[in-house]
Amino acid sequence: MADRNVQGAGIKIKNLYKIFGQRPDAYVEAVKKGMSKTELNEKHGHVLGLRDINIDMPAGCIQVVMGLSGSGKSTLIRHINRLIDPTAGEVIIDNADVCKMNQNDLRQFRRHKTAMVFQKFALLPHRTVLDNTVYGLEIQGLSREKQEEQARRWIARVGLKGFEDHYPNQLSGGMQQRVGLARALTNDAPILLMDEAFSALDPLIRMDMQSVLLDLQKEIKKTVVFITHDLDEALRLGDRIAILRDGEVVQQGTGQDIVLKPADEYISSFVKEVNRGRVIMVDTIATHSGAPAATGGVTVKSGTILEEAAKTMTDANQQYATVVDDSGKPTGVISMNSLIQAMVTPISHLTSRAAAE
Amino acid sequence: MDWFYSFPNMNDDTLRNLKKTLDEGFKAFTRQYGDVIESFFEPLQYFLIQAERFMTATPWPIMILLIGGIAWIASRNWKIVAGTVITLLLIGYFDMWSDAMKTIAMIFVGTVVSIVVGIPIGIVMARSDSFQRLVNPILDVMQTMPSFVYLIPVVMLLGIGKVPGLIAVVIYAIPPMIRLTNLGIRLVDKDVLEAADAFGSSSWQRLKNVQIPLALPTIMAGINQTIMMALAMVVIASMIGVQGLGQPVLRSVNGQFFSLGLFNGLAIVGIAIIFDRVSQAYGKRLQKHQEVVHG
Repeated sequence: MADRNVQGAGIKIKNLYKIFGQRPDAYVEAVKKGMSKTELNEKHGHVLGLRDINIDMPAGCIQVVMGLSGSGKSTLIRHINRLIDPTAGEVIIDNADVCKMNQNDLRQFRRHKTAMVFQKFALLPHRTVLDNTVYGLEIQGLSREKQEEQARRWIARVGLKGFEDHYPNQLSGGMQQRVGLARALTNDAPILLMDEAFSALDPLIRMDMQSVLLDLQKEIKKTVVFITHDLDEALRLGDRIAILRDGEVVQQGTGQDIVLKPADEYISSFVKEVNRGRVIMVDTIATHSGAPAATGGVTVKSGTILEEAAKTMTDANQQYATVVDDSGKPTGVISMNSLIQAMVTPISHLTSRAAAE
Repeated sequence: MDWFYSFPNMNDDTLRNLKKTLDEGFKAFTRQYGDVIESFFEPLQYFLIQAERFMTATPWPIMILLIGGIAWIASRNWKIVAGTVITLLLIGYFDMWSDAMKTIAMIFVGTVVSIVVGIPIGIVMARSDSFQRLVNPILDVMQTMPSFVYLIPVVMLLGIGKVPGLIAVVIYAIPPMIRLTNLGIRLVDKDVLEAADAFGSSSWQRLKNVQIPLALPTIMAGINQTIMMALAMVVIASMIGVQGLGQPVLRSVNGQFFSLGLFNGLAIVGIAIIFDRVSQAYGKRLQKHQEVVHG
């Protein structure tokens, strides 16, 4: 824990294909040449799970993979620890290709490099919270003393102190998922895989768990791969977001990239419901001209989201504010007008569609 | 049209020859390997004799304390313990104590053998579909074949006595053990198994930490069924010399002694109820984590 630096390992997914069916290898070339998902399914009875996935997940970041059900997001995350074998492609972690590991190496890799949190919690019902939490370390063969020491710390850290001897079905869904999280964190692996980890929780608890995760991440700096079908969740958590549709990546980038420049209509239809004030940063709308004198000394930091900036400015009763970088040097000016405009203006895709209709 | 009304069966001579060949073949096999097979089952015989000696030689008050104690440890329920003790006292009062002890020894050994053999077979079956396809029909035969029929080759091989009786009991009682172990493991929640894999469990760790514990309620139901079936077999096994409560029942069938048959029959029922309640209560207690549910 003394190490405040990035702990995670980057994940590079290269040209990953997954075809489900009896003879996936027979069709992978055809799919690479552009056979459609429908054709593969109707003519050959195989299901295209993933097509040509290329995602570069930097170490220490939260990478969100977003998509609706059937988009292949759960399939994708299971390729990272190879719970599902790919049909073609590579998953490179620490210069090793997970897809080429033998059973023994794979087991070691799963034990030491990854930990996973599941949508349905997947706790062992016959074990107490403590015994569930030590699972990863128990598998690794650590002494019981060390297992418990680690486990107790993480149980306390996720806010379950005092529940160590409870059984999972004595706990609420939110608490069970905290156990799931504690179990994964106790493993102390550089990569944390979260498969729709908060999707089964009700909205308030989900927000709560998101805060827990963001809070923890400041401290642990692991490479987190987070799967979700909820764009708000994706935008809140993701340093980077990849959007999946029908097994293909349709767009990837930061949350702001996706909200400001949705790649196609599919994404814009998602994005239109988003609270833009919480995603877009002041830097996007800052102008370098204008009258710094008129700001009345109100400054907002670079990287602040619009909503916060608006609050700062209304509190100070000012129409303008100066955007400053970390060292306090001014980089631009924002006006209340441009701020409100950015918060309400529909995105380009919608405008063009609205115009067409 | 003769063939239409009387089935065109195999000609009598051929049939007779076929049966004769089979019989002689098996007899030859018996003569050749009988001793080997008998010595193979010797440890079983030793186990059985020791168990029976222990049950019958221990003074009855100690035996009642012991069985009552086991019932308490397993069930933690005073009603079950009281029922157990009263049943045993009644059995003793009606002069069936030593027969009952012999029967309990037989059931105990039969159940232990069924568990030791059945659970591993069930586990292998759960892991391999082709093994399941192989074993299932064998289990079907074991369960539906009238028990008198497989008593014949067992007696031919091993003669009359305890061990053939035990084998007959095990053949009859083991199928539910195997089937329910297989079923229990196959029904284990896939999500939990996936989690075990994701943390890097070896297949032994998977089995030990996830599959067996989660299949345990079903496996316990299998053990319970096995005990009940073993008890049902006691009377039939008495035909080939197994001592215990079955013998007087057999005698009363032959001599039409109604009350003798009734008393011994009721004693078997009493023992069955004791075993059933105690093993079920134990199974339930193992699953206590499933009862306390978050409100």
